[in-house]
Amino acid sequence: MTDATELRTRTKELLAAHPPATTERLDFLRARFDAGLAWVHYPQGLGGLGVPRSLQAVVDAELAAAGAPDNDPRRIGIGLGMAAPTILQYGTEEQKRRLLRPLWTGEEVWCQLFSEPGAGSDLAALGTRAVREDGGWVVDGQKVWTSSAHLARWAILIARTDPDLPKHRGITYFVCDMTDPGVEVRPLRQITGEAEFNEVFLTGVRIPDSRRLGEIGDGWRVAQTTLNNERVAIGGTPIPREGGMIGKIAGTWRERPDLRTHDLHQRLLGLWVEAEVARLTGVRLRQQLVAGQPGPEGAGMKLNFARLNQEISGLEVELLGEEGLLYDDWTMRRPEMVDFTGREAGYRYLRSKGNSIEGGTSEVLLNIVAERVLGLPAEPRTDKDVAWKDLAR
Amino acid sequence: MSAQPEPALLYSEEEEALRAAVRDLLTDHCDPAGVITRTESATPQDLSLWKALADSMGLAGLLIPEELGGQGATHRETAVVLEELGRAVAPVPYLTSAVVATEALLACAADDLLTELASATSVAALAVGLHVAPGGSVPDVRLEGGTLHGELTGIADAAVADVLLVPADDGGLYAVRAADVTVTPQTSLDLTRPLARVTLDGASGRRLGDSGPAVRRALRAGAGLLASEQLGLADWLLTETVRYLKERKQFNRQVGGFQALKHRLAGLWLEVAGLRAAARNAADALATGEDTDVAVAVAQAYAARVAVHAAEEALQLHGGIGMTWEHPVHLYLKRAKADSIAYGAAGTHRAALADLVDLRAP
Repeated sequence: MTDATELRTRTKELLAAHPPATTERLDFLRARFDAGLAWVHYPQGLGGLGVPRSLQAVVDAELAAAGAPDNDPRRIGIGLGMAAPTILQYGTEEQKRRLLRPLWTGEEVWCQLFSEPGAGSDLAALGTRAVREDGGWVVDGQKVWTSSAHLARWAILIARTDPDLPKHRGITYFVCDMTDPGVEVRPLRQITGEAEFNEVFLTGVRIPDSRRLGEIGDGWRVAQTTLNNERVAIGGTPIPREGGMIGKIAGTWRERPDLRTHDLHQRLLGLWVEAEVARLTGVRLRQQLVAGQPGPEGAGMKLNFARLNQEISGLEVELLGEEGLLYDDWTMRRPEMVDFTGREAGYRYLRSKGNSIEGGTSEVLLNIVAERVLGLPAEPRTDKDVAWKDLAR
Repeated sequence: MSAQPEPALLYSEEEEALRAAVRDLLTDHCDPAGVITRTESATPQDLSLWKALADSMGLAGLLIPEELGGQGATHRETAVVLEELGRAVAPVPYLTSAVVATEALLACAADDLLTELASATSVAALAVGLHVAPGGSVPDVRLEGGTLHGELTGIADAAVADVLLVPADDGGLYAVRAADVTVTPQTSLDLTRPLARVTLDGASGRRLGDSGPAVRRALRAGAGLLASEQLGLADWLLTETVRYLKERKQFNRQVGGFQALKHRLAGLWLEVAGLRAAARNAADALATGEDTDVAVAVAQAYAARVAVHAAEEALQLHGGIGMTWEHPVHLYLKRAKADSIAYGAAGTHRAALADLVDLRAP
């Protein structure tokens, strides 16, 4: 059994063999992966040592102290947070060996081809087709809200393989090579002026059967692994008081006495209190996770942050008065990652509008809280036993 | 802002055991119908329940050191007791005597009175109006020729107090026996925590110490732990409303299955989850002495709205039955609304925060 002391020793050995000061960033990351110190809870040979996830902190602390390069987890967040756990659970040995190392080092960026113009909150209604042909699959359809698609080498993709079955049952999960013919990525410009997302058109894209994840028709269950992992990220590092959006407006308030009014003061204090309570709720949730008693509060955290981000950024634009009438820059840019609190107040206001839509709309999340936490009756389901092809569209 | 020490926001096993014991006792001795009946009697406070809490469980002396006969526990355990008392909207002088008056006596090192409180031979009340916030202006009585003269109003649980802790115009806090003053009940919005007018007409009192710091400490603890009572109220209201809406049928469906109501209940659940974190944070801050002023102000700036909202939602979602005297939701609404004023309204606590976290007014 590997314990903290042994992990520390292993990390020191890695650092001695590949001194960060004289080692190329990618070479260091590859060596770290091969030493099992990338994600220690993963199996041996796949970047880990099969030890508890909590021990990762031991490695990270040693590496940070030594000034070792990291793999820029935010830039490759989709691969790390969503693709990797799904590949680990459902992938073949060959898939795991081929895909996980460059995913972790960031050499290969991932994106996620789930949402469609006609299947957002009702994701299982998706219509992208995958038809069996010559030992592989031919995929046709359109996906939307795909971040990083223009940078990605790989995508996780769900497509309909049997339209005669009810919608949840006829779906299969694939890994799609974004460089293959028939994959077309078009920027989707947003209200902020940026194109953070893309539309992806799939026209006659051939995917070999060896890139299927899980059984044919089992894609919905596989996708649940991906989606559940999307929400695991919460409960990581503690947020300091005034972390996030409230810190921006509090800073402006302190620096700009000329902007203050009594009405704005009351509203600011109200939101400050709510942001602090939301932060404490997050602290409590993390303490529950650490104590091995996960609470249902996680289901509500996203609801809180979406509402507060929108209210706080809206107040900030108002606080700025004449300056609030201006916008920093409408140039269409394609940022590599989302930064909700970056740029100026107007950007924060517009971008925060997406917080109650992306990753599950607030309305759907409220249903989830009501049904799974409070045990209230589920929404009526008239589509459950109807073949997908017979659903009203 | 500088990094804050991380508060401990979970309940310990001991705290959960304490909760279970208090809840059991309240289940046996404090049912809603009994509380409603009692509110219309001459003794709205339930002194036999108080005796059971104090004698059989020693809860009156939780905050009092062991050498004075108390339990030497902290505000964290006291908060758990208040959650349960709030859940039962129990008509006992716990917050007023075992927290607020106790804190004032601790500030004055009034060991003999603390011993009396710990053994539950006495109930004490701080003779400061229930609405006064920590740091708020405190009405006092005149000290004239060695005796006390004047009138104080809005004194919670004065009717069952044996000792009143009275601020006087010489800056002192005086212990006065209830037998030496006139206590006149006021008709109160909250039937389960009645207020009274206290008239002193040449009453003799014992000077315990300086009134300013003692009252401030007492009200701060009262405000901070009131959040746990409000959490208990809100938690009961949410749980009971969800239970009722799963049972109740209209339009041939369980009422709780309608999305309009599901979303309201889910929103309320979110608010209660936030209140739990804020109330635990305040209790922990009072126990450790770290970040206490901010933690108490945040809890009180947030708790009132949640407790009142929970009561108002519960009443509406119960439909007509919620408007009746026989259904206990009105007791909770009255307590929640009174609590929203007790120990300072939310706006007062927000104003305090403005200074504490450097978000100054124009």
